[in-house]
Amino acid sequence: MSTTPKIELRDVYKSFGRKKVLDGVNLTVTPGESLVIIGGSGSGKSVLIKNILGLIRPNKGKIFFDGKDITHDSFRKREPMLRKCGMLFQGGALFDSLPVWRNIAFVATQGRGGLSTAQARALAVEKLAAVGMPPEVADLMPAELSGGMQKRVSLARAIATNPEVIFFDEPTTGLDPIMADVINELIVSCVKKLGSTAITITHDMSSVRKIASRVAMIYQGKIIWDGPVSAIDSSGNPYVDQFVHGRAEGPITQGVKG
Amino acid sequence: MQAILKQIEQNNLLARIGRVFLVFLEAIGRLSLFISNAIMSGIRPPYYPRQLGRMMIEIGYYSLPVIGLTALFTGAVLALQSYSGFARFSAESSIPIVVVLSITRELGPVMAGLMVAGRIGAAFAAEIGTMRVTEQIDALVTLSTNPFQYLIFPRLVAGTLMLPCLVLVADIIGVFGGYVVSTHSLGFAAGPYINNTWNYLETKDVVSGLVKAAAFGFIVTLMGCYHGYHSKGGAQGVGAATTNAVVSASILILLSNYFLTELFFSV
Repeated sequence: MSTTPKIELRDVYKSFGRKKVLDGVNLTVTPGESLVIIGGSGSGKSVLIKNILGLIRPNKGKIFFDGKDITHDSFRKREPMLRKCGMLFQGGALFDSLPVWRNIAFVATQGRGGLSTAQARALAVEKLAAVGMPPEVADLMPAELSGGMQKRVSLARAIATNPEVIFFDEPTTGLDPIMADVINELIVSCVKKLGSTAITITHDMSSVRKIASRVAMIYQGKIIWDGPVSAIDSSGNPYVDQFVHGRAEGPITQGVKG
Repeated sequence: MQAILKQIEQNNLLARIGRVFLVFLEAIGRLSLFISNAIMSGIRPPYYPRQLGRMMIEIGYYSLPVIGLTALFTGAVLALQSYSGFARFSAESSIPIVVVLSITRELGPVMAGLMVAGRIGAAFAAEIGTMRVTEQIDALVTLSTNPFQYLIFPRLVAGTLMLPCLVLVADIIGVFGGYVVSTHSLGFAAGPYINNTWNYLETKDVVSGLVKAAAFGFIVTLMGCYHGYHSKGGAQGVGAATTNAVVSASILILLSNYFLTELFFSV
Protein backbone atom coordinates (compact mmCIF):
# COMPACT_ATOMS: atom_id res chain seq x y z
CA MET A 1 0.00 0.00 0.00
CA SER A 2 2.36 2.68 -1.18
CA THR A 3 -0.19 4.93 -2.88
CA THR A 4 -3.00 6.66 -1.03
CA PRO A 5 -6.31 5.09 -1.93
CA LYS A 6 -8.52 7.18 -4.21
CA ILE A 7 -11.53 6.56 -2.03
CA GLU A 8 -11.74 4.96 1.34
CA LEU A 9 -14.78 4.19 3.48
CA ARG A 10 -14.23 3.39 7.13
CA ASP A 11 -17.00 1.77 9.08
CA VAL A 12 -19.83 3.69 7.39
CA TYR A 13 -23.33 3.37 8.83
CA LYS A 14 -26.52 4.74 7.36
CA SER A 15 -30.09 4.06 8.33
CA PHE A 16 -33.38 5.55 7.21
CA GLY A 17 -35.71 5.60 10.17
CA ARG A 18 -35.45 2.11 11.64
CA LYS A 19 -34.19 0.56 8.44
CA LYS A 20 -30.46 -0.08 8.49
CA VAL A 21 -29.10 0.24 4.97
CA LEU A 22 -25.36 0.41 5.52
CA ASP A 23 -24.16 -1.49 8.54
CA GLY A 24 -20.47 -0.81 8.83
CA VAL A 25 -19.06 -0.68 5.32
CA ASN A 26 -15.29 -0.77 4.85
CA LEU A 27 -14.03 -0.31 1.34
CA THR A 28 -10.88 0.93 -0.36
CA VAL A 29 -10.60 1.92 -4.00
CA THR A 30 -7.11 2.28 -5.45
CA PRO A 31 -6.41 4.75 -8.28
CA GLY A 32 -7.01 3.40 -11.76
CA GLU A 33 -8.90 0.29 -10.81
CA SER A 34 -12.41 -0.57 -11.93
CA LEU A 35 -14.38 -1.70 -8.93
CA VAL A 36 -17.79 -3.24 -9.42
CA ILE A 37 -20.08 -3.53 -6.43
CA ILE A 38 -22.67 -6.26 -6.80
CA GLY A 39 -25.64 -6.99 -4.63
CA GLY A 40 -29.37 -7.59 -4.81
CA SER A 41 -31.98 -4.89 -5.12
CA GLY A 42 -32.27 -2.89 -1.94
CA SER A 43 -28.92 -4.08 -0.59
CA GLY A 44 -27.66 -0.50 -0.24
CA LYS A 45 -25.52 -0.23 -3.36
CA SER A 46 -26.96 3.10 -4.48
CA VAL A 47 -26.88 4.50 -0.96
CA LEU A 48 -23.21 3.56 -0.79
CA ILE A 49 -22.13 5.63 -3.78
CA LYS A 50 -24.47 8.48 -2.87
CA ASN A 51 -22.66 8.61 0.46
CA ILE A 52 -19.32 8.96 -1.29
CA LEU A 53 -20.62 11.84 -3.41
CA GLY A 54 -22.24 13.52 -0.43
CA LEU A 55 -25.78 13.23 -1.78
CA ILE A 56 -26.56 11.37 1.44
CA ARG A 57 -24.69 11.86 4.71
CA PRO A 58 -23.67 8.80 6.74
CA ASN A 59 -24.81 8.45 10.36
CA LYS A 60 -21.42 7.18 11.44
CA GLY A 61 -18.02 6.44 9.95
CA LYS A 62 -15.64 8.32 7.73
CA ILE A 63 -15.17 8.75 4.00
CA PHE A 64 -11.85 9.81 2.48
CA PHE A 65 -11.19 11.10 -1.02
CA ASP A 66 -7.53 11.33 -2.05
CA GLY A 67 -6.67 10.84 1.61
CA LYS A 68 -8.80 13.79 2.78
CA ASP A 69 -11.73 13.35 5.15
CA ILE A 70 -14.78 14.63 3.27
CA THR A 71 -17.47 13.05 5.41
CA HIS A 72 -19.04 16.23 6.74
CA ASP A 73 -17.92 18.77 4.17
CA SER A 74 -20.43 21.35 2.99
CA PHE A 75 -21.14 21.70 -0.70
CA ARG A 76 -18.59 24.48 -1.01
CA LYS A 77 -15.78 22.48 0.56
CA ARG A 78 -16.74 19.42 -1.45
CA GLU A 79 -16.75 21.20 -4.77
CA PRO A 80 -13.09 20.61 -5.75
CA MET A 81 -13.67 16.90 -5.19
CA LEU A 82 -16.93 16.91 -7.16
CA ARG A 83 -15.07 18.52 -10.07
CA LYS A 84 -12.96 15.37 -10.25
CA CYS A 85 -16.00 13.11 -10.33
CA GLY A 86 -18.55 12.15 -12.94
CA MET A 87 -21.60 10.01 -12.56
CA LEU A 88 -23.86 8.07 -14.88
CA PHE A 89 -27.29 7.77 -13.28
CA GLN A 90 -29.56 4.79 -13.60
CA GLY A 91 -32.29 6.71 -15.39
CA GLY A 92 -29.84 8.97 -17.23
CA ALA A 93 -31.00 12.03 -15.23
CA LEU A 94 -30.53 14.31 -18.23
CA PHE A 95 -31.88 17.83 -17.71
CA ASP A 96 -35.01 17.72 -19.82
CA SER A 97 -35.22 21.51 -20.13
CA LEU A 98 -31.89 21.66 -21.98
CA PRO A 99 -30.91 20.30 -25.41
CA VAL A 100 -28.45 17.43 -25.57
CA TRP A 101 -25.39 19.58 -26.21
CA ARG A 102 -26.11 21.86 -23.25
CA ASN A 103 -26.50 18.77 -21.10
CA ILE A 104 -23.12 17.43 -22.13
CA ALA A 105 -21.33 20.78 -21.84
CA PHE A 106 -23.23 21.67 -18.67
CA VAL A 107 -20.23 22.33 -16.46
CA ALA A 108 -18.45 24.19 -19.26
CA THR A 109 -21.35 26.53 -20.03
CA GLN A 110 -22.72 27.23 -16.56
CA GLY A 111 -21.15 29.84 -14.35
CA ARG A 112 -17.39 29.59 -14.21
CA GLY A 113 -16.85 27.22 -17.13
CA GLY A 114 -15.87 30.12 -19.34
CA LEU A 115 -16.27 28.36 -22.69
CA SER A 116 -17.96 30.26 -25.48
CA THR A 117 -21.11 28.79 -26.95
CA ALA A 118 -19.26 27.57 -30.04
CA GLN A 119 -16.50 25.96 -27.98
CA ALA A 120 -19.03 24.28 -25.70
CA ARG A 121 -20.88 22.92 -28.70
CA ALA A 122 -17.67 21.57 -30.16
CA LEU A 123 -16.90 19.89 -26.86
CA ALA A 124 -20.37 18.32 -26.82
CA VAL A 125 -20.01 17.02 -30.38
CA GLU A 126 -16.60 15.58 -29.55
CA LYS A 127 -17.99 13.77 -26.50
CA LEU A 128 -20.96 12.54 -28.52
CA ALA A 129 -18.52 11.03 -30.98
CA ALA A 130 -16.71 9.34 -28.10
CA VAL A 131 -19.93 7.49 -27.24
CA GLY A 132 -20.59 6.71 -30.91
CA MET A 133 -23.32 9.22 -31.63
CA PRO A 134 -23.63 11.54 -34.64
CA PRO A 135 -23.41 15.33 -34.20
CA GLU A 136 -27.07 15.81 -35.25
CA VAL A 137 -28.13 14.48 -31.87
CA ALA A 138 -26.66 17.58 -30.21
CA ASP A 139 -29.71 19.70 -30.99
CA LEU A 140 -32.35 17.22 -29.88
CA MET A 141 -34.08 17.41 -26.53
CA PRO A 142 -33.56 14.48 -24.13
CA ALA A 143 -37.24 13.49 -24.39
CA GLU A 144 -36.75 12.82 -28.12
CA LEU A 145 -34.17 10.11 -27.45
CA SER A 146 -34.69 6.41 -26.75
CA GLY A 147 -33.63 4.94 -23.42
CA GLY A 148 -30.35 3.58 -24.78
CA MET A 149 -29.51 6.87 -26.46
CA GLN A 150 -30.28 8.76 -23.26
CA LYS A 151 -27.84 6.50 -21.42
CA ARG A 152 -25.17 7.21 -24.02
CA VAL A 153 -25.71 10.97 -23.83
CA SER A 154 -25.63 10.70 -20.06
CA LEU A 155 -22.33 8.83 -20.34
CA ALA A 156 -21.02 11.60 -22.60
CA ARG A 157 -22.02 14.13 -19.94
CA ALA A 158 -20.32 12.10 -17.21
CA ILE A 159 -17.01 12.03 -19.09
CA ALA A 160 -17.20 15.60 -20.41
CA THR A 161 -15.00 17.02 -17.66
CA ASN A 162 -12.41 14.22 -17.98
CA PRO A 163 -13.08 13.13 -14.39
CA GLU A 164 -10.62 11.17 -12.29
CA VAL A 165 -13.38 9.05 -10.80
CA ILE A 166 -16.54 7.94 -12.60
CA PHE A 167 -19.50 6.36 -10.88
CA PHE A 168 -21.89 4.15 -12.80
CA ASP A 169 -25.26 3.42 -11.23
CA GLU A 170 -26.73 0.31 -12.85
CA PRO A 171 -25.54 1.30 -16.33
CA THR A 172 -27.27 -1.54 -18.19
CA THR A 173 -30.56 -1.79 -16.32
CA GLY A 174 -33.56 -1.45 -18.61
CA LEU A 175 -31.62 -1.87 -21.84
CA ASP A 176 -31.84 -4.68 -24.38
CA PRO A 177 -28.86 -7.09 -24.30
CA ILE A 178 -27.22 -5.59 -27.37
CA MET A 179 -27.49 -2.01 -26.13
CA ALA A 180 -26.31 -3.20 -22.71
CA ASP A 181 -23.19 -4.61 -24.34
CA VAL A 182 -22.65 -1.37 -26.26
CA ILE A 183 -22.81 0.57 -23.01
CA ASN A 184 -20.43 -1.86 -21.32
CA GLU A 185 -17.93 -1.49 -24.16
CA LEU A 186 -18.24 2.28 -24.01
CA ILE A 187 -17.62 2.29 -20.29
CA VAL A 188 -14.50 0.17 -20.72
CA SER A 189 -13.13 2.31 -23.56
CA CYS A 190 -13.94 5.64 -21.88
CA VAL A 191 -12.42 4.63 -18.58
CA LYS A 192 -9.32 3.29 -20.32
CA LYS A 193 -8.92 6.42 -22.45
CA LEU A 194 -9.23 8.78 -19.48
CA GLY A 195 -7.29 6.54 -17.12
CA SER A 196 -10.02 7.10 -14.58
CA THR A 197 -10.95 5.14 -11.52
CA ALA A 198 -14.38 3.58 -12.01
CA ILE A 199 -16.92 2.49 -9.44
CA THR A 200 -19.91 0.65 -10.84
CA ILE A 201 -22.89 -0.79 -9.06
CA THR A 202 -24.86 -3.41 -10.88
CA HIS A 203 -26.60 -6.75 -10.62
CA ASP A 204 -25.90 -7.63 -14.23
CA MET A 205 -23.23 -10.35 -14.26
CA SER A 206 -22.28 -9.90 -17.92
CA SER A 207 -21.59 -6.27 -17.09
CA VAL A 208 -19.43 -7.35 -14.15
CA ARG A 209 -17.31 -9.68 -16.28
CA LYS A 210 -16.83 -7.03 -18.90
CA ILE A 211 -15.87 -3.96 -16.89
CA ALA A 212 -14.58 -5.07 -13.50
CA SER A 213 -11.01 -5.41 -12.40
CA ARG A 214 -12.14 -5.99 -8.82
CA VAL A 215 -15.50 -7.06 -7.45
CA ALA A 216 -17.06 -6.43 -4.06
CA MET A 217 -20.34 -7.90 -2.92
CA ILE A 218 -22.65 -6.08 -0.54
CA TYR A 219 -25.25 -7.97 1.46
CA GLN A 220 -27.35 -6.68 4.35
CA GLY A 221 -25.37 -3.46 4.55
CA LYS A 222 -21.93 -5.06 4.73
CA ILE A 223 -19.22 -5.89 2.20
CA ILE A 224 -19.16 -9.67 2.49
CA TRP A 225 -16.66 -10.46 -0.24
CA ASP A 226 -14.03 -8.58 -2.15
CA GLY A 227 -11.60 -9.91 -4.75
CA PRO A 228 -10.35 -9.78 -8.32
CA VAL A 229 -12.88 -10.45 -11.06
CA SER A 230 -11.07 -13.65 -12.03
CA ALA A 231 -11.95 -15.12 -8.64
CA ILE A 232 -15.70 -14.67 -8.64
CA ASP A 233 -16.41 -18.14 -9.98
CA SER A 234 -14.21 -19.75 -7.36
CA SER A 235 -14.85 -17.43 -4.45
CA GLY A 236 -15.87 -20.25 -2.12
CA ASN A 237 -18.40 -17.84 -0.66
CA PRO A 238 -21.91 -19.31 -0.81
CA TYR A 239 -23.51 -15.84 -1.02
CA VAL A 240 -21.35 -14.81 -3.97
CA ASP A 241 -21.90 -18.18 -5.64
CA GLN A 242 -25.64 -17.86 -5.36
CA PHE A 243 -25.62 -14.34 -6.76
CA VAL A 244 -23.20 -15.06 -9.61
CA HIS A 245 -25.24 -18.05 -10.76
CA GLY A 246 -28.58 -16.41 -10.07
CA ARG A 247 -30.06 -19.25 -8.02
CA ALA A 248 -33.24 -18.89 -6.02
CA GLU A 249 -32.02 -21.31 -3.36
CA GLY A 250 -29.16 -20.44 -1.12
CA PRO A 251 -28.18 -18.40 1.90
CA ILE A 252 -29.56 -15.16 0.43
CA THR A 253 -33.25 -14.85 1.11
CA GLN A 254 -35.14 -11.95 -0.33
CA GLY A 255 -35.44 -9.35 2.38
CA VAL A 256 -39.18 -9.05 2.00
CA LYS A 257 -39.60 -7.38 5.35
CA GLY A 258 -36.95 -4.80 4.44
CA MET B 1 -42.33 -3.13 27.58
CA GLN B 2 -42.02 -1.29 24.30
CA ALA B 3 -45.50 -2.34 23.30
CA ILE B 4 -46.92 -1.00 26.56
CA LEU B 5 -45.10 2.28 26.14
CA LYS B 6 -46.45 2.52 22.65
CA GLN B 7 -49.98 1.86 23.90
CA ILE B 8 -49.69 4.59 26.51
CA GLU B 9 -48.30 6.94 23.95
CA GLN B 10 -51.16 6.30 21.57
CA ASN B 11 -53.88 6.88 24.13
CA ASN B 12 -52.36 9.87 25.78
CA LEU B 13 -53.86 13.11 24.52
CA LEU B 14 -50.88 15.13 25.69
CA ALA B 15 -48.53 12.87 23.80
CA ARG B 16 -50.59 13.37 20.68
CA ILE B 17 -50.58 17.12 21.02
CA GLY B 18 -46.87 16.97 21.67
CA ARG B 19 -46.32 14.91 18.56
CA VAL B 20 -48.28 17.33 16.37
CA PHE B 21 -46.36 20.21 17.89
CA LEU B 22 -43.03 18.49 17.22
CA VAL B 23 -43.97 17.81 13.61
CA PHE B 24 -44.93 21.47 13.28
CA LEU B 25 -41.63 22.63 14.76
CA GLU B 26 -39.75 20.26 12.48
CA ALA B 27 -41.48 21.73 9.44
CA ILE B 28 -40.68 25.28 10.56
CA GLY B 29 -37.07 24.31 11.14
CA ARG B 30 -36.74 22.64 7.78
CA LEU B 31 -38.29 25.61 6.02
CA SER B 32 -36.01 28.11 7.82
CA LEU B 33 -33.00 26.01 6.92
CA PHE B 34 -34.18 25.89 3.33
CA ILE B 35 -34.57 29.66 3.15
CA SER B 36 -31.23 30.43 4.76
CA ASN B 37 -29.50 27.84 2.59
CA ALA B 38 -31.04 29.32 -0.56
CA ILE B 39 -30.12 32.90 0.33
CA MET B 40 -26.67 32.20 1.77
CA SER B 41 -25.56 30.19 -1.24
CA GLY B 42 -27.50 32.35 -3.69
CA ILE B 43 -25.68 35.57 -2.85
CA ARG B 44 -22.32 33.92 -3.55
CA PRO B 45 -20.99 33.38 -7.05
CA PRO B 46 -21.39 31.63 -9.40
CA TYR B 47 -24.57 33.35 -10.58
CA TYR B 48 -26.85 31.96 -13.21
CA PRO B 49 -28.27 34.93 -15.15
CA ARG B 50 -29.73 32.67 -17.85
CA GLN B 51 -31.79 30.85 -15.26
CA LEU B 52 -32.91 34.12 -13.68
CA GLY B 53 -33.92 35.52 -17.08
CA ARG B 54 -35.86 32.37 -17.95
CA MET B 55 -37.72 32.50 -14.66
CA MET B 56 -38.49 36.21 -14.93
CA ILE B 57 -40.03 35.68 -18.35
CA GLU B 58 -41.92 32.62 -17.11
CA ILE B 59 -43.38 34.48 -14.14
CA GLY B 60 -43.65 38.02 -15.43
CA TYR B 61 -44.52 37.61 -19.08
CA TYR B 62 -46.46 34.37 -19.34
CA SER B 63 -48.66 35.23 -16.35
CA LEU B 64 -49.86 38.45 -17.97
CA PRO B 65 -52.98 37.04 -19.71
CA VAL B 66 -54.19 35.33 -16.53
CA ILE B 67 -53.51 38.34 -14.36
CA GLY B 68 -54.99 40.77 -16.90
CA LEU B 69 -58.25 38.85 -17.26
CA THR B 70 -58.59 38.40 -13.51
CA ALA B 71 -57.96 42.08 -12.84
CA LEU B 72 -60.28 43.28 -15.60
CA PHE B 73 -63.26 41.34 -14.31
CA THR B 74 -62.47 42.01 -10.67
CA GLY B 75 -62.49 45.74 -11.33
CA ALA B 76 -65.67 45.45 -13.37
CA VAL B 77 -67.57 43.45 -10.78
CA LEU B 78 -66.35 45.76 -8.05
CA ALA B 79 -67.93 48.74 -9.81
CA LEU B 80 -71.17 46.85 -10.36
CA GLN B 81 -71.45 45.60 -6.80
CA SER B 82 -70.58 48.88 -5.14
CA TYR B 83 -73.04 50.67 -7.40
CA SER B 84 -75.94 48.49 -6.36
CA GLY B 85 -74.91 48.73 -2.72
CA PHE B 86 -74.04 52.41 -2.58
CA ALA B 87 -77.19 53.43 -4.45
CA ARG B 88 -79.14 52.53 -1.30
CA PHE B 89 -77.71 55.58 0.45
CA SER B 90 -76.98 57.68 -2.65
CA ALA B 91 -73.21 57.39 -2.40
CA GLU B 92 -72.67 56.38 -6.02
CA SER B 93 -70.12 59.14 -6.45
CA SER B 94 -67.58 57.28 -4.32
CA ILE B 95 -67.44 54.33 -6.70
CA PRO B 96 -64.23 55.47 -8.49
CA ILE B 97 -62.39 55.77 -5.21
CA VAL B 98 -63.75 52.46 -3.89
CA VAL B 99 -62.61 50.70 -7.02
CA VAL B 100 -59.14 52.18 -7.11
CA LEU B 101 -58.45 51.70 -3.40
CA SER B 102 -59.73 48.12 -3.32
CA ILE B 103 -57.74 47.20 -6.37
CA THR B 104 -54.41 48.80 -5.46
CA ARG B 105 -54.43 47.96 -1.76
CA GLU B 106 -56.05 44.55 -1.65
CA LEU B 107 -57.48 42.84 -4.67
CA GLY B 108 -54.59 43.52 -7.04
CA PRO B 109 -51.90 41.90 -4.92
CA VAL B 110 -54.10 39.16 -3.43
CA MET B 111 -55.71 38.10 -6.71
CA ALA B 112 -52.39 38.22 -8.53
CA GLY B 113 -50.75 36.29 -5.69
CA LEU B 114 -53.40 33.58 -5.76
CA MET B 115 -53.36 33.28 -9.54
CA VAL B 116 -49.58 33.06 -9.58
CA ALA B 117 -49.73 30.50 -6.76
CA GLY B 118 -51.86 28.35 -9.03
CA ARG B 119 -49.73 28.92 -12.09
CA ILE B 120 -46.16 29.27 -10.86
CA GLY B 121 -46.26 27.56 -7.47
CA ALA B 122 -47.69 24.44 -9.07
CA ALA B 123 -45.32 24.56 -12.04
CA PHE B 124 -42.23 24.96 -9.85
CA ALA B 125 -43.25 22.22 -7.46
CA ALA B 126 -43.93 19.85 -10.35
CA GLU B 127 -40.73 20.73 -12.21
CA ILE B 128 -38.40 20.58 -9.23
CA GLY B 129 -40.25 17.56 -7.83
CA THR B 130 -39.78 15.70 -11.11
CA MET B 131 -36.12 16.69 -11.12
CA ARG B 132 -35.85 15.28 -7.63
CA VAL B 133 -37.45 11.91 -8.34
CA THR B 134 -35.59 11.45 -11.65
CA GLU B 135 -32.28 12.20 -9.87
CA GLN B 136 -31.69 15.37 -11.90
CA ILE B 137 -31.01 17.28 -8.68
CA ASP B 138 -28.42 14.69 -7.68
CA ALA B 139 -26.99 14.99 -11.18
CA LEU B 140 -26.60 18.75 -10.66
CA VAL B 141 -24.51 18.06 -7.57
CA THR B 142 -22.29 15.56 -9.40
CA LEU B 143 -21.77 18.24 -12.05
CA SER B 144 -20.45 20.42 -9.20
CA THR B 145 -23.43 22.75 -9.38
CA ASN B 146 -25.20 23.75 -6.18
CA PRO B 147 -28.96 23.16 -6.69
CA PHE B 148 -29.72 26.03 -4.33
CA GLN B 149 -27.71 28.40 -6.51
CA TYR B 150 -28.88 27.02 -9.81
CA LEU B 151 -32.51 26.09 -9.19
CA ILE B 152 -33.86 27.74 -6.06
CA PHE B 153 -32.30 31.20 -5.74
CA PRO B 154 -33.08 32.43 -9.29
CA ARG B 155 -36.69 31.37 -8.83
CA LEU B 156 -37.05 33.16 -5.49
CA VAL B 157 -35.51 36.34 -6.89
CA ALA B 158 -37.62 36.22 -10.05
CA GLY B 159 -40.82 35.75 -8.01
CA THR B 160 -40.01 38.58 -5.62
CA LEU B 161 -39.15 40.97 -8.45
CA MET B 162 -41.81 40.06 -10.99
CA LEU B 163 -44.94 39.92 -8.87
CA PRO B 164 -44.85 43.68 -8.11
CA CYS B 165 -44.58 44.31 -11.86
CA LEU B 166 -47.55 42.06 -12.48
CA VAL B 167 -49.52 43.79 -9.75
CA LEU B 168 -48.79 47.19 -11.25
CA VAL B 169 -50.27 45.95 -14.51
CA ALA B 170 -53.18 44.38 -12.63
CA ASP B 171 -53.85 47.70 -10.85
CA ILE B 172 -54.11 49.56 -14.14
CA ILE B 173 -56.25 46.93 -15.85
CA GLY B 174 -58.45 46.55 -12.77
CA VAL B 175 -59.16 50.26 -12.56
CA PHE B 176 -59.81 50.23 -16.28
CA GLY B 177 -62.33 47.42 -15.80
CA GLY B 178 -64.19 49.51 -13.22
CA TYR B 179 -64.04 52.52 -15.52
CA VAL B 180 -65.49 50.66 -18.49
CA VAL B 181 -68.46 49.34 -16.52
CA SER B 182 -69.06 52.67 -14.79
CA THR B 183 -69.03 54.74 -17.96
CA HIS B 184 -70.85 52.29 -20.21
CA SER B 185 -73.57 50.82 -18.09
CA LEU B 186 -73.74 52.86 -14.88
CA GLY B 187 -73.96 56.27 -16.50
CA PHE B 188 -70.80 57.89 -15.19
CA ALA B 189 -69.12 60.60 -17.23
CA ALA B 190 -65.61 59.66 -18.30
CA GLY B 191 -63.79 62.82 -17.21
CA PRO B 192 -65.05 63.11 -13.63
CA TYR B 193 -64.59 59.37 -13.08
CA ILE B 194 -60.90 59.57 -13.97
CA ASN B 195 -60.48 62.75 -11.93
CA ASN B 196 -62.04 61.17 -8.88
CA THR B 197 -59.84 58.11 -9.27
CA TRP B 198 -56.68 60.20 -9.44
CA ASN B 199 -57.46 62.82 -6.83
CA TYR B 200 -58.08 60.49 -3.93
CA LEU B 201 -55.32 58.01 -4.69
CA GLU B 202 -52.19 58.29 -2.56
CA THR B 203 -48.74 56.92 -3.31
CA LYS B 204 -48.94 54.82 -0.19
CA ASP B 205 -51.94 52.92 -1.53
CA VAL B 206 -50.05 51.70 -4.55
CA VAL B 207 -46.70 51.17 -2.81
CA SER B 208 -48.20 49.11 0.00
CA GLY B 209 -49.81 46.91 -2.62
CA LEU B 210 -46.50 46.46 -4.41
CA VAL B 211 -44.69 45.57 -1.18
CA LYS B 212 -47.37 42.99 -0.50
CA ALA B 213 -46.87 41.68 -4.02
CA ALA B 214 -43.14 41.23 -3.44
CA ALA B 215 -43.87 39.29 -0.26
CA PHE B 216 -46.45 37.13 -2.04
CA GLY B 217 -44.03 36.51 -4.91
CA PHE B 218 -41.47 35.26 -2.44
CA ILE B 219 -44.05 33.06 -0.67
CA VAL B 220 -45.33 31.48 -3.89
CA THR B 221 -41.93 30.66 -5.33
CA LEU B 222 -40.64 29.52 -1.95
CA MET B 223 -43.53 27.09 -1.47
CA GLY B 224 -43.16 25.78 -5.01
CA CYS B 225 -39.43 25.21 -4.61
CA TYR B 226 -39.60 23.88 -1.06
CA HIS B 227 -42.29 21.28 -1.70
CA GLY B 228 -40.76 20.28 -5.02
CA TYR B 229 -37.29 19.93 -3.52
CA HIS B 230 -38.52 17.68 -0.74
CA SER B 231 -40.87 15.56 -2.81
CA LYS B 232 -40.27 11.84 -2.95
CA GLY B 233 -41.74 8.65 -4.27
CA GLY B 234 -42.43 9.11 -7.96
CA ALA B 235 -45.46 10.54 -9.68
CA GLN B 236 -47.65 10.42 -6.59
CA GLY B 237 -45.09 12.30 -4.55
CA VAL B 238 -44.79 15.00 -7.19
CA GLY B 239 -48.58 15.31 -7.27
CA ALA B 240 -48.70 15.72 -3.51
CA ALA B 241 -45.89 18.29 -3.63
CA THR B 242 -47.80 20.30 -6.23
CA THR B 243 -50.99 20.28 -4.17
CA ASN B 244 -49.11 21.22 -1.01
CA ALA B 245 -47.31 24.04 -2.77
CA VAL B 246 -50.52 25.63 -4.05
CA VAL B 247 -52.50 25.15 -0.83
CA SER B 248 -49.76 26.35 1.50
CA ALA B 249 -48.90 29.31 -0.73
CA SER B 250 -52.56 30.38 -0.89
CA ILE B 251 -53.03 30.11 2.86
CA LEU B 252 -49.78 31.93 3.60
CA ILE B 253 -50.74 34.70 1.17
CA LEU B 254 -54.06 35.29 2.91
CA LEU B 255 -52.52 35.13 6.39
CA SER B 256 -49.59 37.40 5.63
CA ASN B 257 -51.92 39.77 3.78
CA TYR B 258 -53.71 40.47 7.03
CA PHE B 259 -50.52 41.13 8.95
CA LEU B 260 -49.01 43.27 6.20
CA THR B 261 -52.20 45.34 6.04
CA GLU B 262 -52.08 45.77 9.80
CA LEU B 263 -48.46 46.87 9.49
CA PHE B 264 -49.25 49.48 6.85
CA PHE B 265 -52.60 50.88 7.90
CA SER B 266 -53.11 50.18 11.59
CA VAL B 267 -52.09 53.66 12.77
